[in-house]
Amino acid sequence: MERLFFLIFASVAVVSALCVVLFRNPVRSALALMLCLLQVACVFVLLRSPFLAVVQVFVYVGAVMVLFLFVVMILDIRQAELEAFFPPRNRWLMYAIIPVITFEFLLVILGTSFEGFGPGAGGETKVEVIGRALFTEYLLPFEVVSVLLLVAMVGAIVMAKKRWD
Amino acid sequence: MISRTVRRKDMVPITWYIALGSVLFMIGVSGVLLRKNIIIMLMGVELMLNSVNINLAAFSYYLKDLRGQVFAVFTITVAAAEVAVALGILIALVRSRGVFSADKIDTLKG
Amino acid sequence: MLDSALILELAIMFIKVFVVGSVLFALPIPLTWLERKVAGHIQVRLGPFRVGPHGVLQPLADMIKMLLKEDIVPEKADKWLFRLAPIMTLVPTFTVFVAIPFGDKVRIPFTGREVALYISDMNVAVLYILAISGLGIYGIIFGGWASNSKYALLGGLRSAAQMISYEVAMSFAVIGVVMLSNSLSLVEIVKSQSGGFLHWNFFYLPVGPLWFIIFIIAGFAETNRIPFDMPEDEGSLGAGYHVEYSGMRFAYYMLAEYVAMVTVSVLAVIFFFGGWNPPFNLPFHLTGETAMFVNGGWNAEFLNLLAAVIPLFWFAGKVAVFIYSFMWIRFTLPRYRYDQLMRIGWRVLIPLSMVNILVTGFMRI
Repeated sequence: MERLFFLIFASVAVVSALCVVLFRNPVRSALALMLCLLQVACVFVLLRSPFLAVVQVFVYVGAVMVLFLFVVMILDIRQAELEAFFPPRNRWLMYAIIPVITFEFLLVILGTSFEGFGPGAGGETKVEVIGRALFTEYLLPFEVVSVLLLVAMVGAIVMAKKRWD
Repeated sequence: MISRTVRRKDMVPITWYIALGSVLFMIGVSGVLLRKNIIIMLMGVELMLNSVNINLAAFSYYLKDLRGQVFAVFTITVAAAEVAVALGILIALVRSRGVFSADKIDTLKG
Repeated sequence: MLDSALILELAIMFIKVFVVGSVLFALPIPLTWLERKVAGHIQVRLGPFRVGPHGVLQPLADMIKMLLKEDIVPEKADKWLFRLAPIMTLVPTFTVFVAIPFGDKVRIPFTGREVALYISDMNVAVLYILAISGLGIYGIIFGGWASNSKYALLGGLRSAAQMISYEVAMSFAVIGVVMLSNSLSLVEIVKSQSGGFLHWNFFYLPVGPLWFIIFIIAGFAETNRIPFDMPEDEGSLGAGYHVEYSGMRFAYYMLAEYVAMVTVSVLAVIFFFGGWNPPFNLPFHLTGETAMFVNGGWNAEFLNLLAAVIPLFWFAGKVAVFIYSFMWIRFTLPRYRYDQLMRIGWRVLIPLSMVNILVTGFMRI
């Protein structure tokens, strides 16, 4: 049962990720990416981390992707420019290299036996546990990340603001 | 409910998760390398970050260790910050140049 | 692998999902009628009166009209996205109800089996609801974009900006509730408010009412209802994001809007007004155990059923009050201007909720 669900989520995720790269229209790419991120959230549920799954949907699908779409729509740009596709030359090497590297990745991963990696028997990770860890053991990184978010917010506002001369 | 032995056999091996992560990562890389449109390149970066999160969560679950999940939460936060700044830069860029294509942005000054 | 207990679990689950889903699908039918009636009486006219007594059958007539109307897809629209968009609004609004508790665990008469009056009690229910209801925006954005019409696009853009802005205030209000109730599970939140109306989060003075006001203003903005219905501002945008839609697809948008209104009402009841808890303790405490102790036999089973059903009535009654006030406000207040809307969101609600979080934190220490 669990394997079946994993295969469904994984295949939809991979197909939609391919669509992100292959669709000409950025709005459709954004739709595909949204689907892919939702599937990743489902994978998190399979990995018994519901908090991560919900945060993924909340932050990525709910906010980041809307931001993407908002920018695509707000920028009044020519259709041809918007649909710029593969570069005409110079990068033919990439087409060859990327499948090779992917294949190598898979070969190495599937060839490794992860011994001692038992199935997590503990069930779902409770939110309380993560919250406690964030506010005690990882307090410093937590604060650093919040400062980073603040800086990013200020930076984004400054960047996107119209210049007045 | 389902007996313990059945559940053990039904478990998804960790390799599957890592394989999924690596495939998504490579698709993200190809999105960054092959596309001209900056927005799609940013989406590729998002895909890469997400594939890493899958790995972190998978190891966190299979090693019964909380650190993976906590780190994934941080990754998501940093990714959100990154997108905000990147899209801010993009808006400024399109306002001043009117182009969306990475190939045409080649002047350092101006 | 599948034994009878599992099959029974699954069957109960299916029944629950079916009941909740069909109620949600059916609810907009009386609600549209009610809304037009309320509108009529507020504006000193009669409202729909022709179809059936007092116009009760009007929604059915509307439905037949919607079904029979031609489903127009604009020629220059992005046809695939245009068809997908209404469904994308509809799905999240229904999915939210997976996490919503309508009552506590209930013992079914004559079986001794306990059934919970909610589909699932999630550890992260509050976050889940915020996350999923945030997805409803996609249908609006894509609908506005795919129509290839400037009015629709403007409506879609406005709604994207509005919903993202007010999601922040909404999340803050929900954080306040979580701080008051010490839990992210909706069942726990309701249980923490049991024992008379003074225990409700709304009456946690002075922060409770403030959280409620922030929540309900953000809720109005999230559901695109007047006074915050910028995305479908008839005066300046035609009809906003769904200006190009007709027939059944338009009905999907309407359906989603009504279900969203029900969702916000239900959440307000759960977060601030004690969910299914009665406002005062009844003199005779009506639970299965005491009834079993006092009477035994058939009488006890009957009391059990009563004890199970009464909280549902409390819940539905509170929700109905909220739905009515949604309609009441719609026909009382004028629409805000777009910049005023943004100012309220960013300069009033968010700073206010930050201060409120501080105060709540000090009070909860």
